[in-house]
Amino acid sequence: MALYSDKVMDHFRNPRNVGVIENADGVGEVGNAKCGDIMKIYLKIDNDTITDVKFETFGCGSAIASSSMATEMIKGKPVSEAMALTNRAVAEALDGLPAHKLHCSVLAEEAIKAALKDYYDKNGIAYDESQFPDCASCGHCDL
Amino acid sequence: MKIYADNAATTKMSRTAIDAMLPYMEEIYGNPSSLHSVGQQANEALADARKRVAACLGCEAREIVFTSGGSEADNQALLSAARIGEKQGKKHIISTAFEHHAVLHSLNRLEKEGFEVTLLPVHENGLVTADQVREAIRPDTCLVTVMYANNEIGTIQPIGEIGAVCREKGVLFHTDAVQAAGHLHIDVNAQNIDMLSLSAHKFHGPKGVGALYVKRGIRLTNLIEGGAQEQGRRAGTENIPAIMGMAAALEEACDHIDENAAKVSALRDRLIAGLSEIPHGVLNGDAVHRLPGNVNFCFEGIEGESLLLLLDDKGVCASSGSACTSGSLDPSHVLLAIGRPHEIAHGSLRLTLSEETTAEDVEHMIRAVSDVVSYLRGMSPVWRDLVNGKNQFVIQ
Repeated sequence: MALYSDKVMDHFRNPRNVGVIENADGVGEVGNAKCGDIMKIYLKIDNDTITDVKFETFGCGSAIASSSMATEMIKGKPVSEAMALTNRAVAEALDGLPAHKLHCSVLAEEAIKAALKDYYDKNGIAYDESQFPDCASCGHCDL
Repeated sequence: MKIYADNAATTKMSRTAIDAMLPYMEEIYGNPSSLHSVGQQANEALADARKRVAACLGCEAREIVFTSGGSEADNQALLSAARIGEKQGKKHIISTAFEHHAVLHSLNRLEKEGFEVTLLPVHENGLVTADQVREAIRPDTCLVTVMYANNEIGTIQPIGEIGAVCREKGVLFHTDAVQAAGHLHIDVNAQNIDMLSLSAHKFHGPKGVGALYVKRGIRLTNLIEGGAQEQGRRAGTENIPAIMGMAAALEEACDHIDENAAKVSALRDRLIAGLSEIPHGVLNGDAVHRLPGNVNFCFEGIEGESLLLLLDDKGVCASSGSACTSGSLDPSHVLLAIGRPHEIAHGSLRLTLSEETTAEDVEHMIRAVSDVVSYLRGMSPVWRDLVNGKNQFVIQ
């Protein structure tokens, strides 16, 4: 069996939404180069809808594929739906990830949440802090 | 187009090795311990293979023990030296920080038994010196084990000099020569080597077979108990086809060792020169004291697993010391040992060539690596921060 599903390889080989949004409404970066993966998500938000999303990722094949899939899943969606995106949904949409790579889908969820938090902060929108787990809580990399 | 550049992981079997094995599956399939003619034919073949392997190392046939491979040979060598040391009240072992895990994990086990292990630090160029060994030797040192050539960065250690220090100090010396055998000249007597491990599949022989050279008079501790095979030092019916394949492959490699080294190292140097054109990349390990086929680079701002997958799409089979390729969270202990920071070690690439690699393959690899590195940097937030001056480049 190959390491990754065909869907992972497709999103890895042909990643959707790669790039940068200048003057983005929300930017989130999670991960650590020391651990081997960093994801950065840029959001354009109009009328509470994510009208555009781009990503940059330093990481393995599943990190790039998870970023690509996650951006596809929130593009054109209301902010509330993006907030509700789970790492499990990203992994399932990719037809699964190897157990030791599930962390990559967690990073994708966290990167989107970090970008949304940035959007809330910039616009003075109140939010529940507990919705945003901080990176240090995941324990993937012991720094 | 498929370019196999992972010869340090394993090699393609040579026609010579395959042909040497077939008769021992089809015709002379006897058990060498059997007294009848089919068994005795196998026994003669076994004795002949032992003689030929010994000749390649400059030792006597009875100093060769056939094993299941390099890892078993390493395990048995270390355990045996520890048992000898223990009897004399010597429980200190010297090794290096960048050994193969077959050695490092064996050392961990001995530490749990109460042995003290000194791991010599490795210089940035991927070398340890005989002086480091000399300074580390204590009255209670029972073993020095230093790899002949490193499996990741290909650096060749001063084995003869280290052997001389060990002989002078009366300490047993083992070397894991898995990457060296068949590729570099070995003379166990001239180099004062007491024990040496090798593995057939690294020089176009079959997998699952190797050998431990052990100097006459050194008592081995068995890992496997049972029959009296291998002079009672390794039980189990000998894998005759594999042993015949190994003997043929080693003999062939040693017969052409200089011409192969000249050919492969010229390709290696061209590949190193081509990859050195990529900005913010660095060769890992000394450029001169290096296995003929080994090229290992770190490229800043990218991660190794994605590099490997995209190279595979371009027909290049390579390997990386990135954590993501190993299933562990830490990048290669070898790259960390030579002082590469974690984030740089994640972006490593190993290309290991063989006599079958062509000049055209090398040019294709240079283009492929260069393209993939640029592409991945284009989507890397780490690279963006470096280029924008937000962070400082580690590799200039």
